[in-house]
Amino acid sequence: MALLGQYLVGGLATGSLYALVALGIVLLYRSSRVLNFAHGDLATFATFVAFTLLTTFRLPFTMATAGSLAVAAVAGAAFYLLILRPTRDATLLGIIVITLGLALVVNGAVVQIWGTETKVFPFPLSDTKVYHLGGVVISQVSIGSFLAGLVLMGLLYLLVQRTRIGLAMRAVSQNLVAAQALGIPAKKIFALTWGLATALGACAGILLAPVTFLDPFMMVDPFLKGFAAAVLGGIDSMPGAVLGGLVLGVAESLFGGYVSVKFKTTMAFLIIIGVLIVRPEGMLGREYKRRV
Amino acid sequence: MGTSVLLNIEGLSIAFGGVVALSNVDLDVSSGALISIIGPNGAGKTTLFNCICGLYHADSGMIRFSGASLAGLKPDAIARRGIARTFQNIELFLRMTVLENLLLGRHLHFRAGFAAASLGAPHWRREEIRHREVAEQILDFLDLQAVRDRRVGDLSLGRQRMVELGRALATEPALLLLDEPSSGMTAEEKEDLVFRIRDIRDEMNATIILVEHDLKLVMGISDWIAVLDHGVKIAQGSPEQIQMHPDVIKAYLGEPTEGGADARTRGTAT
Repeated sequence: MALLGQYLVGGLATGSLYALVALGIVLLYRSSRVLNFAHGDLATFATFVAFTLLTTFRLPFTMATAGSLAVAAVAGAAFYLLILRPTRDATLLGIIVITLGLALVVNGAVVQIWGTETKVFPFPLSDTKVYHLGGVVISQVSIGSFLAGLVLMGLLYLLVQRTRIGLAMRAVSQNLVAAQALGIPAKKIFALTWGLATALGACAGILLAPVTFLDPFMMVDPFLKGFAAAVLGGIDSMPGAVLGGLVLGVAESLFGGYVSVKFKTTMAFLIIIGVLIVRPEGMLGREYKRRV
Repeated sequence: MGTSVLLNIEGLSIAFGGVVALSNVDLDVSSGALISIIGPNGAGKTTLFNCICGLYHADSGMIRFSGASLAGLKPDAIARRGIARTFQNIELFLRMTVLENLLLGRHLHFRAGFAAASLGAPHWRREEIRHREVAEQILDFLDLQAVRDRRVGDLSLGRQRMVELGRALATEPALLLLDEPSSGMTAEEKEDLVFRIRDIRDEMNATIILVEHDLKLVMGISDWIAVLDHGVKIAQGSPEQIQMHPDVIKAYLGEPTEGGADARTRGTAT
């Protein structure tokens, strides 16, 4: 029983980070139908920026994080304004190729600036300090990143569902022509969405850094998992992204614990295939129904 | 001239891949007018609306609104100048409620910033209350109170047209463009619509341009009418003049009337 609890807690902690990555992907897909394959690399870049601010500039953790998020937001918005907007008449496939290209460029820049050797990210919470909760052992960093993930999801929910900017974001994503006819500045809203999604990715990167350590390819696996979680939950649904992330994290953890660590990712993808056979639009997605 | 010209269109032309959609169209609409643009399917009526709203950019010609050129402006910038519209194919936020759709119409009147909104600052609260009041008035006016919290996607087509009209009104436009507002409505709904359009002009001081296939409705409501055929304005005048105009009869009214007119309302103009 304690073992099951242990796997569940571990799975939820990892899953909340998958969910954060998935949210960034879903946020962009919902608003502009763009699948951003540079999401992981932009997050890696932002995490390295935080690393430099922490180590070279010796800023406190909160300020380094704020700086990193600001850089990420500006980079995301700039990518939209300078590259995606001029090419907005390209096909979806063409735009995907552009984001793949950006992923390579950003990755190259990270390798060039910070090198390929693995670095330790000075995270304020400890990986070795653990708490015992009713037989379940949980590290300080796991609790911290899980809570941070929850808070971020809550803030994003409030922003999108309860504010005027969120209303404008939903309007632009549901019907661009109508939104513009009401005077909603679509260009600004898209730039803002890109900034927000990229900053969200940066949060995921910073929360992952103490676990995965810092190297230019640290986000490859989390990005693929986040992407899978987004598809699992329904690529146009934000609650779906959270659910998909958590389900994926728990499934991996349980399979890794009880059956085989080597094939835990394989298992996760088998679950995705199963869900997509039963619900092609994903667990909470709506897109498929609308097309019929 | 007692009234000023609100919308001034001169020599407007646009072609799509060699197909001329509008050719040298002139139109002057004075403040407070209620006019209609009619013409067979594909005559260029909706294209004209799309040019005014900035969805299309004309190849040549000029559109002035309140004396200022609209050339090169994006649709959202034109909306902020005071032009609102409805769409032939209804463009609503289907996953949102009726009230949310109307509040989005208030978007361009929000002044308080994001920070004030998130902190719930007093001036933001006052503003929010005022916007909700405007939305409430429109819900009353269009008889939408009963469905205010329903998702728009679940409503009937006639109701959806009313929500779209309400959302356009929520922007408090100086110029309102209605693209086939009676399409898909029952005879009863159409009668209501006529009263409401008159009220909008008289009580909300909006200038209205109507694109409409239902000639009975058009003849009864319009100050004057312009007729487009194959992108060319072939006639302009009072409803009586238009009904007598030989070119109009040839281009448009020459087709079988009554049953024919009803059949046309289901058509999709380009």
